[in-house]
Amino acid sequence: MSSTHVSTKINGQAVEYVCPNDASLLEVLRDQLGMTGTKEGCGSGDCGACSVTVDGRLVCSCLVLGVEAQGRAVETIEGMANKNQLHKLQEKFLEKAALQCGICTPGVLIAARSLLEKNPDPTEQEVRYWIAGNLCRCTGYDKIVRAILESAKELREEAA
Amino acid sequence: MQYLAPKTCAEAVAALAACDGDARLLAGGTDLLVRLQADMIEPDLLVDIKHIDTCQSIEEGPDGFVIGAAVASAELGEHASLTQAWPGVVEGMGLVGSTQVQGRATLTGNLCNASPAADSVPALVASGAVANVIGPHGKRQVDIIDIPTGPGRTSLAKDEMIESFSFPARGPRSADAYLRFIPRTEMDIAVVGVGVNLSLDENGTCTDARVAIGAVGPTVMLVPAAAQALIGSQVDAAALQAVQTACSDAASPISDKRGTAEFRKHTVGVIARRAAAIAHQRAQAAE
Repeated sequence: MSSTHVSTKINGQAVEYVCPNDASLLEVLRDQLGMTGTKEGCGSGDCGACSVTVDGRLVCSCLVLGVEAQGRAVETIEGMANKNQLHKLQEKFLEKAALQCGICTPGVLIAARSLLEKNPDPTEQEVRYWIAGNLCRCTGYDKIVRAILESAKELREEAA
Repeated sequence: MQYLAPKTCAEAVAALAACDGDARLLAGGTDLLVRLQADMIEPDLLVDIKHIDTCQSIEEGPDGFVIGAAVASAELGEHASLTQAWPGVVEGMGLVGSTQVQGRATLTGNLCNASPAADSVPALVASGAVANVIGPHGKRQVDIIDIPTGPGRTSLAKDEMIESFSFPARGPRSADAYLRFIPRTEMDIAVVGVGVNLSLDENGTCTDARVAIGAVGPTVMLVPAAAQALIGSQVDAAALQAVQTACSDAASPISDKRGTAEFRKHTVGVIARRAAAIAHQRAQAAE
């Protein structure tokens, strides 16, 4: 299996790695770079647990090759909090108990942040459709949806 | 497996032609990488077309839109004038997978994956768009309907690629629509799907129409009888009923876990009638 040298940016930092050409970005993040915040669920783009953004676009990192990150900017859950200051979404997820086992949580948070960057004032339906590709087997989604809506509201109030 | 990210289509097709083994084109990768991870395929060469400028852009010219082969579905939905001109094409592609999949999946991939149930294909066929195909001997234009030849198979040669799709120029009072039936509201594969594209004159008479049905045969098919029922009509209840009958008659579905042949035959007619009504409403609003 041939490998490729990749220069990319992860959470704002320049990163270089050599990865097998058939390795997914998810495998590179977790197994080569030790960034295990991004979770593997299905490995086939159905569950959203491995959600990251590449050049600001929400994607499943299991459906992106590590070599495709060349020259791009990748954002993962590790870059969400500002040092010890949690992101509003992270705070709200804790406050509202919008997680149980936690496997889906990093992906849901990345997806939710991506939604709020695009649409700071989503309806409940827009939230539910946006995260339709993030499967959670614990919460029944309701607490997740409420945490996202409440985060959006507080972020709007803080920005006003 | 070798990975190449060429800057031009010429380099890409040269690499495809030079490869003795299994060579694959990578656009959004949402079908390809699933197969790769599952060891269903073991390509010798992967040619990533996302670094080719002409595959990356949405161009709007006097002859109509040209959409690059590597443009992701989310980019289609964010393009205001494309969405206005071809709402059916955009909504069809927009039904493919989750938000995450939308960030990568392309019209080209959806077409060349050649699933009979591909959501973008009925509206693409109805639009009258052509695929700009590049091979070692130059360019050719291929009607969308002639690309898939059966489930999982296309008419493209091993050393050919789609660079882009050219859509016909859009006249006034023209619109399209795509509608599918699935047993839930999101994240599912079409049981039946219908694309309708039509134009009206100043008096509201339909002057041109194309109706394409999906998931009711090995490939998407045009239904000329449904188009004929619309052309010359005011797209009234009688014309819409004739569209329904024509589409049900034209369908030759199989029974599978998503629906029986009988159910599909009936439903494709109902969905066609509704899709035609939506396209009609949009065309009236597009004065």
